[in-house]
Amino acid sequence: MKPFGHAVASDPAAAVRVHAGAAGTHYLAGGTTQLDLMKLDVLRPERIVDIARLRDRGPAVEDHGDWLRLDGFATMARTAADATLGRRVPMVVESLTQAASRQIRSMATLGGNVLQRTRCGYYRDTSWTKCNRREPGSGCAAIDGRAWAHAVLGTTQLCIALYPGDLAQALIALDATVEVEGTAGVRMLPFAELHRIPATEPQRETNLLPGDLITGFRIAMRPWFARSRYVKVRDRASYEFALASAAVALDLDGRVVRDVRIAIGGGATVPWRAREAEAFLRGKPLDEALASKAADAAYAGASVREDTRHRLDLGKATLTRALLETATMEVRHG
Amino acid sequence: MDDEPTLSRRTLLKSTGLGAAMIGVLPEAADAAPDGDRATLRVALTVNGRKVEETIDARTTLLDLLRERLQLTGTKKGCDHGQCGACTVHVGGAPVLACLTLAASVAEPVATIEGLSAEGDRLHPMQQAFIDHDAFQCGYCTPGQIMSAVALARAVPRLDAAAVREAMSGNLCRCAAYPNIVAAVVDGSARMRKVRA
Repeated sequence: MKPFGHAVASDPAAAVRVHAGAAGTHYLAGGTTQLDLMKLDVLRPERIVDIARLRDRGPAVEDHGDWLRLDGFATMARTAADATLGRRVPMVVESLTQAASRQIRSMATLGGNVLQRTRCGYYRDTSWTKCNRREPGSGCAAIDGRAWAHAVLGTTQLCIALYPGDLAQALIALDATVEVEGTAGVRMLPFAELHRIPATEPQRETNLLPGDLITGFRIAMRPWFARSRYVKVRDRASYEFALASAAVALDLDGRVVRDVRIAIGGGATVPWRAREAEAFLRGKPLDEALASKAADAAYAGASVREDTRHRLDLGKATLTRALLETATMEVRHG
Repeated sequence: MDDEPTLSRRTLLKSTGLGAAMIGVLPEAADAAPDGDRATLRVALTVNGRKVEETIDARTTLLDLLRERLQLTGTKKGCDHGQCGACTVHVGGAPVLACLTLAASVAEPVATIEGLSAEGDRLHPMQQAFIDHDAFQCGYCTPGQIMSAVALARAVPRLDAAAVREAMSGNLCRCAAYPNIVAAVVDGSARMRKVRA
């Protein structure tokens, strides 16, 4: 691990001031992504602004009726335990409880979680010199080699690394807004504009500017978000990244889909909103055949190789299943 | 336990030179750091009820501080990347991976496996349950399993086998002692409730 200077911040504004947008400076909250990658020399900050003490200070969830606020410094564990969140939009809670391990959920913050890096084996192992994320212009060892856990959506000639996070799928499905505090002040960013497909600069994973700190997320609520699920399919029964996942919220009138939100995980280079599938479903009565066709629509643009084929097949089956389970789930009211 | 053992395995290995590879695990103090930041710093923690102050390289993890500096070797280094759970300790009562925690980030009391048992040879009810249910073979994952289990039992009043398996999925056991671990945790949590441990 490269030696670094360490500064502790006592509140978000102080953290941004101390960071000052300096090159080579990283914020460190839970450390569950960053320390892992720093030990591998994949991330080599010269300076750390330590925001671990900002965790779980205030409420994880604020219920403002029409909208909810999730605190960016809340741990995954504390957020998942929020009863209001579990009642009003279970998809978010399920995306947290099915992620990582209990220890990691006790340490990791929501803001850090959405910024987690890919698990691509070539990215994580610096002995592979061809990695456009680590070394722009060096090439991609996955595209030229084996791609056993790589993306089928949002891929480019430069990078096919998979985005592994779960919470981000719920947030993008729900059109969440990101609260960002930066060197120029506070601003709001649609969640869909946070992550970048690796089209031109794979080394720039987000649209955050140097010094930007995620302080929270806002979700404009609908009553029907109470009918929502996060379905995650894994090799192991627990503590594993998604082979395929689907975040679904359904507004049903009988069997007819009045409105729907869908995001799919385990398949794309960034959090993935499935707008084509949503458009296909609106106004139609939902059954298994329709759900399956919606899944086909969601994956219509997929770029598949022999070693990623299973992500396509599993992805479609998972979304089909998630739609049906969401349609038949028991919704908690009141 | 607070007292240094009269002759630990670690002391013997170091004195006979076999432990040469173990020395110098903590990173060397860094050269000049950017203005105002410290690459070497002083940390103050409470570990198992005792106040501790150490000067460390900023890169020092809580795990390395516990094992290398404080000689609390009950907490194990399994993968050092947050994937196995062998390094599980309590920080502010929550189960946390010491290998992915900077010592400098710790602001709440730390409890390790050494802090669980009372004075003398009286084991914590969860430790006793692990023995009674033969819940370990090589024993390497065991301190982490027990720390995870105690935190879980304190947080969740009624535990069944399925809940234990899910909640403790972050603790791997290569010896596959899982069935007995699950039984020990279910039983241990009931014993804890009886004595409010």
